[in-house]
Amino acid sequence: MMGPAPYALLMGLVAGLSATLLLGPNRATAGTINTAEIERGRYVARLGDCRSCHTAEGGTPFAGGLGIVTPFGTIYSSNITPDVGTGIGSWTKDDFWNAMHSGIRKDGAHLYPAMPYPWFTKIPRADVDALKTYLETLPAVRSTPPENDLWLPMRVRESVAGWNLLFFDEGVFEPDASKSAEWNRGAYIVEGPGHCGACHTPANLLGGPERDKLYQGQSIENWWAPNLTGRTPFGVADWSKEDVTAYLRDGRNDHTVASGPMSLVIENSTQHMTDADLAAIAAYLKDPPIGTHQQSVSEAGTESKTGKALFRDNCSACHGADGEGVPGLIADLRKSGVVNAPDAAGVLHVILAGAQGNVTLGAPQRPAMPPFAWKFNDGQAAAVATHIRQSFGNRAGPVSGSEAARLRETLGLQ
Amino acid sequence: MRHKPPVDAVICGFGATGVLVAEALTRAGLSVVALERGPMLNTAPDFQPSVMQDELRFQNRHGLMVQPRLSTQTFRHTMSETALPIRQVGAWQIGLGVGGSAVHWAGQCFRYSPDEFRLRSQFERQYGPDIFPEEMTSQDWAVSYDELEPYYDRFEKLLGVSGQAGNIKGRIIEGGNPFEGPRSDEYPNPPLARVKATRMFDKTAREQGLNPYPCPAAQASQAYTNPLGVRMGPCTFCGYCSGYGCGNYSKSSPQTSVLPVVLERPGLELRTLSVATRILMSGKGKNRRATGVVYVDAENQEWVQPAEMVFVCAFTMDNVHLLLVSGAGTPYDPVAGTGQIGRNYAFQIWGYANFLFKERFNPFIGAGALGQIVDNYNCDNFDHEEPLVTGKPFVGGGYVALFQYGTPPIAASSFGSGETAVWGAELKRKIREEYLHMQQVQSMGANQSYRDVFLDLDPTYKDRFGRPLLRVTYDIKPNDHRMSNFLVDRCVDIGRAMGGTLLDRNSREGHFDITEFQTTHNCGGAIQSATPDAGAVNKFGQMWEVPNIFVYGASQFPQNAGRNPTDTVGATTLFGLDEVTRRYLPSPAPLVDT
Repeated sequence: MMGPAPYALLMGLVAGLSATLLLGPNRATAGTINTAEIERGRYVARLGDCRSCHTAEGGTPFAGGLGIVTPFGTIYSSNITPDVGTGIGSWTKDDFWNAMHSGIRKDGAHLYPAMPYPWFTKIPRADVDALKTYLETLPAVRSTPPENDLWLPMRVRESVAGWNLLFFDEGVFEPDASKSAEWNRGAYIVEGPGHCGACHTPANLLGGPERDKLYQGQSIENWWAPNLTGRTPFGVADWSKEDVTAYLRDGRNDHTVASGPMSLVIENSTQHMTDADLAAIAAYLKDPPIGTHQQSVSEAGTESKTGKALFRDNCSACHGADGEGVPGLIADLRKSGVVNAPDAAGVLHVILAGAQGNVTLGAPQRPAMPPFAWKFNDGQAAAVATHIRQSFGNRAGPVSGSEAARLRETLGLQ
Repeated sequence: MRHKPPVDAVICGFGATGVLVAEALTRAGLSVVALERGPMLNTAPDFQPSVMQDELRFQNRHGLMVQPRLSTQTFRHTMSETALPIRQVGAWQIGLGVGGSAVHWAGQCFRYSPDEFRLRSQFERQYGPDIFPEEMTSQDWAVSYDELEPYYDRFEKLLGVSGQAGNIKGRIIEGGNPFEGPRSDEYPNPPLARVKATRMFDKTAREQGLNPYPCPAAQASQAYTNPLGVRMGPCTFCGYCSGYGCGNYSKSSPQTSVLPVVLERPGLELRTLSVATRILMSGKGKNRRATGVVYVDAENQEWVQPAEMVFVCAFTMDNVHLLLVSGAGTPYDPVAGTGQIGRNYAFQIWGYANFLFKERFNPFIGAGALGQIVDNYNCDNFDHEEPLVTGKPFVGGGYVALFQYGTPPIAASSFGSGETAVWGAELKRKIREEYLHMQQVQSMGANQSYRDVFLDLDPTYKDRFGRPLLRVTYDIKPNDHRMSNFLVDRCVDIGRAMGGTLLDRNSREGHFDITEFQTTHNCGGAIQSATPDAGAVNKFGQMWEVPNIFVYGASQFPQNAGRNPTDTVGATTLFGLDEVTRRYLPSPAPLVDT
């Protein structure tokens, strides 16, 4: 099952904008054959990470059927291969545009916002068309996803209309003329096709994004999607632009190794982006106006003797006595965004269940951390988590044994 | 028997050499099936730090090793004896599972010196042919140091070896081994940090006019990325190294060097818990070919895996066993002097001297290759006729070294003065008074090959698949006794000069003891040779008699050197594979004309 928030569908580029500013590398030029259009669409699909959500575990790519867990129940992704009966083979480009831009299906019903049309709406028409052209080249797969399993009132699709009124601003991306072309390209990818906010922006009780807390991180599927802004110390705020691009390209950098749902995003999407696009994302995320340190951090807690001893015996062989890790192989625990998150889900998840890095074109190894759920009881897991969150310059709150117990149960660990 | 779909190549054994074969062949675009008798093992979670550091489970109970009930050999000292099955893990420890013995190895990653590859001609030229007893069958290798050099270099970079070069392109470098062959490049990582004991050894050896150097270590001394893009982390000197898997990506093994890349290649299918029991053969004479491999999976189901090429990549004895039970090549007959499979089996001559010092060490700190070495008494680096060699000169030599592996608690009970004490006041006294003050100076000596030392099929005992067990006929001969005595005398000299009080001295006396663990460095039995009448495979590892079978590992060595074998196992495999991909794949034929 994928994370609650929508990971992916389609994307693209901006029509009304200066082409040099926003067009991707495979931009079609007038008079060329369809190949250019297909390649352009393929890149839009990469930017939008369609594949991660529209592929069931072990299933055919783009044939749908992946269960996406939301606070309102489970939604199954649709088949977007060109099969006429079960996919989108009968859809016209206008039908597809309505889905991507307005969240309306070919039959007129509302899509659930698990499909990230609130972000995809920023993609210009030409790129949405190219994406459709690309999807038409895929093998048609006959496959119908399982029925959604939703609570009332969301079981009624009309309820989405109300949601849209509250949270959905339809319209393609509009560049900020006061910013550089690179910044605007980055802003477009992050806010549009990349739909980073789907996971990294806190959601309110109705599942709508809290617009005043853009990219400030939230817990998601028992992980922590870190704060991408400079509003809190630690994590991405302390990364250089090169750290950001290395992370998105290789799945690791000098500070950390990707784990959790982000692994899939890197594998299927960001590692395939051009260097220029990755640099643009970094330029946008590292732009000071997104925020300097503002949030208060916890007071440094009292040191946990148990946690310190357990850390030495169990963790320091890889992470180092001072939590320094090994660049590109083992996470640096000092000032990590996940470690210092308000919610300890991420760090507890890794301690209990272990974690595995992904394989990218630039980094062929899957570094892994072994699970400790079988070895630590809840109190010990919490003590280690607390020690990590309050040592090595970290400044996050203590973790209780009951948090560890809850996560252990949720993850089905013994 | 049920059949699997045919593939280009099948690999029998997925350890040090098997993963190199898989890497080369999948890079060339071939479809490859790898059969491994043991389980999948990976750094996480199988070698988890804080779990691996369990001496009882892994060292004393051999948690990572092949247990005799799974696979064993029979043993006898001479041809006139009746061999009996080895029913306990003894003189050697063979690794079980993916990575094989390269999981639990110590990481000592030496090149052989140029003279090792021309051993017979060098010693004959230097001392006359009479230095070789009539029964000694040691011979020159087919490959030379110069041919292997680029492949040593590549293998050391894959493994991230930490060391100090002694000879780069003929330029002798202070602090390295002046006796080594010319290297094309530095080691990829600087040497490991030293401890008090290795510094003392270094100082004393220098004062004796010797040339100590840090053991080339397959423990990364710093964070490292190898040419395949695989990363390693710095060694923490946890002391649980030789005999254990490494959980923090520091000791090089297939898991930390090649496997991560190979496992992602679409051309490879790895089948674990699958024992290759027989190579299927067809044709006669020049048309003799392998057509695939029979294997038994975890459910005891027997399968045929058809393949165009068969790569035999198991442990030394298992390579020879598989060839013999399959009728691949002609078995060696020591009486008639015919056949090659099983000929020139050799082990290695380990010796040591233990000392008690006034100085306090911290022997719980360690790594498998944390040591200082002198090579002044290795191979033909010294005059075998005088002045130190008394009595009849011998062929061979070895290194003298001080290693601080890390002495874990149970092992500590067998060291020190007096008898082994596993409980009570005597154990407490030893731990209190001696544990922190013990050091060992040791030698790893060469072992020559002999006409009546060999491997063949046992006439009586069978394994769980009904195949005859492999029979090992082995003893230590006078030449090697003399060498061992000489080397352990040198250990005593250095240890005393360091200020130690000699507790015990162990050179190899009398018959070989199959029950005492010594090393795992078995070699030979399917040796490489320049011509078909002198060995089983050519210098590329291709069988002379069956050109689509390739045999890799220390089974290629015509005799054993006074050094650990792994670097040379890696280099000979990479050397062979380069030729396989360059010439054999486009046009399958013998790679050396007969």
